Amino acid sequence: MNALLFYSTLVIYCIATITYMAFLVKPRELVGRVSHWLIAAGFITHCAFTVARYFEAGHTPITNLHESLSFFSLAVIGVFIAFERKYHVFILGSFVTPLALLLMIASSLYPSSIPELPPALKSNWLFVHSTLAFLSYATFAVAFGAAIMYLIQEHFLKKKRLGPLYQKLPSLDMLDEINYRCLTFGFPLLTVAIITGAIWAETAWGTYWSWDPKETWSMITWFIYAALIHGRLTTGWRGKRAALLSIIGFFFLLFTFLGVNLLPSKSLHSYERLLGGKN
Amino acid sequence: MNIVVVGLSHKTASVEIREKVAFAPNQMENSLRGLVSLPDIAEGVIVSTCNRVEIYATTHDVAGGMARLKRFLADYHHIPLEMLEPHLYNYHGEAAIRHVFRVASSLDSMVVGEPQILGQIKTSYGYAAEFKASGIILNRFLHKAFSVAKRVRTETGIASSAVSVSFAAVELAKKIFGNLTDKTVMLIGAGEMCELAAKHFLNSGVRGVMVTNRTYERAERLAEEFDGRAVRFEDLFDHLHKADIILSSTGATHFIIGAKDVEAVVRRRKLKPMFFIDIAVPRDIDPKVNDVDNVYLYDMDDLQGVVASNLQQRAEEAKKAEGIVDQEIGRFFNWLSMLEITPTIVALRSRFEEVRQAELAKTLSGWKDLTPEGQKRLEALTSAIINKLLHPPTSLLKQTGQGGRTDLYVDALRQLFELETEAPGEEELEDLEE
Repeated sequence: MNALLFYSTLVIYCIATITYMAFLVKPRELVGRVSHWLIAAGFITHCAFTVARYFEAGHTPITNLHESLSFFSLAVIGVFIAFERKYHVFILGSFVTPLALLLMIASSLYPSSIPELPPALKSNWLFVHSTLAFLSYATFAVAFGAAIMYLIQEHFLKKKRLGPLYQKLPSLDMLDEINYRCLTFGFPLLTVAIITGAIWAETAWGTYWSWDPKETWSMITWFIYAALIHGRLTTGWRGKRAALLSIIGFFFLLFTFLGVNLLPSKSLHSYERLLGGKN
Repeated sequence: MNIVVVGLSHKTASVEIREKVAFAPNQMENSLRGLVSLPDIAEGVIVSTCNRVEIYATTHDVAGGMARLKRFLADYHHIPLEMLEPHLYNYHGEAAIRHVFRVASSLDSMVVGEPQILGQIKTSYGYAAEFKASGIILNRFLHKAFSVAKRVRTETGIASSAVSVSFAAVELAKKIFGNLTDKTVMLIGAGEMCELAAKHFLNSGVRGVMVTNRTYERAERLAEEFDGRAVRFEDLFDHLHKADIILSSTGATHFIIGAKDVEAVVRRRKLKPMFFIDIAVPRDIDPKVNDVDNVYLYDMDDLQGVVASNLQQRAEEAKKAEGIVDQEIGRFFNWLSMLEITPTIVALRSRFEEVRQAELAKTLSGWKDLTPEGQKRLEALTSAIINKLLHPPTSLLKQTGQGGRTDLYVDALRQLFELETEAPGEEELEDLEE
């Protein structure tokens, strides 16, 4: 049942990504609308999968890579749908859904067995901390998509190359606005995620902050976004600079999420560690 | 019934001729009454715009009908026909349908893709409908033309891009700022182009206009015209940061705005984007300004480049549009053919059926010892005979309806079997559509 939901989500995302790509080439309103409903359908099956998994495992399904990648993807699609509805820009999907699809494909490559959770982690904090973290990741992912669109559109306008893609992309102002909105949602979410993480760490491990690699990298990511939001509010950083910084921020975020697992020193957050495995 | 078109347009006649044959809207009732009272003209629509005057009509007699329409056009406007004749074009059948579809889709316009023509034809049709000059065929025909135009508009990018320099500037501004309603335009210098562009910006809803000029009085005069504010030329850099869109066209022989100036101005604006449009030759603004972050500079050549590529794009979209028109002609033509065929088939069938019933009744009345079973068989036998006989001509007619010469068969059948047919009602026509 779970596998069926998972793979139907994967297939729907795949089709939606294709139609969103088609929208990029052939910008017909209908193609955009079909893509929108496809991704909404995928979101529903994805939610169903996540809930089913929750009940099967007895805890929030983010304890191994299979689950986390899928959860990340779910959050990205959820946040994306909200932004698409708000700003009516189907084309945002052409830049965000491929990311969600990649996450799902990556997720499907990892074993889907349900890990045995160490007693220390069995807590409601798991749900609160991880949901907040993934929601912030997802808003930054949308910001990343909008930033790429901004850079492309800015390039067209500066170089005066006004082809079909230029026609299709929204105005710089709107892309900058989406970027800014994402930041104003994502940054508080990330902040609260880090704080709840610290509180949970205190109850589980007895210390608020242990300079575990995940914590360190989260801190770095937090500082990048803090700098961006500060620059925006005080000196009016916007446009290209803001776009570049939110792209850089997103790479740090991805490293915080995945790269930390590759570091030689073992992180308390490492998914293998969570699995209770040996490597 | 045939659809015919007679008319002239910017392609065949100069404005001197066009204005002579234009129909005034307040006389449309008269004109349309005169048109449909012509012999053998069943329905009529008059389209009269500054670029074209055309009459769409239906008639049984193509050559005679077109001649009458030409004569009507000349007589109505009291012009000798010989003078008008060389400028007139006429179409019938498929060519007429194609012509009207193309006109409505703005493929025959002076600026291909301009949106007004469709509205103008709708108004013209409105008059014809109001004064009952159009009937079943032209109603259907023009509605079809409107739907073709709509398809062309939504399925091709024929009207999606600006084809004048000042519109191109407005479109660029929209891609930079999104909404223009809270933006301010600054005019540096004066000139026709500059003022035209400023008007387009005002129509697009910009909030305010500032005007500066070396002669302050001129700036004041222009500011008054745009309901804006005059700024002394010396104070330009004290006010530049308040402007989002700058239109420059001074007679200066050197750059009046350099990259360093703009950097300072943008910093003062907290990096809010600026759009400079330099329509002066020689240029007013240093091209390096375009390299400043969040600043976009377009000069006359750039804008003309945009227009040229938009025009090229329109030409390509127009090809797609022609394809759509082709498809729709086929469909409409089938409908038109069916309009003649269906009643003929119905009449033929009822004629046969009449004869069958009459002969059957005659036979049965004199056949006393016929069992009910036998009577049934007799019924079945006679029905089968007429069905068998009617099958080949019916299917042949339906096939020729798909683009072949139908009137020949229809006429032959009518005469051979002494058929009388009436035009089908609206509901039947709906069923014929596909």
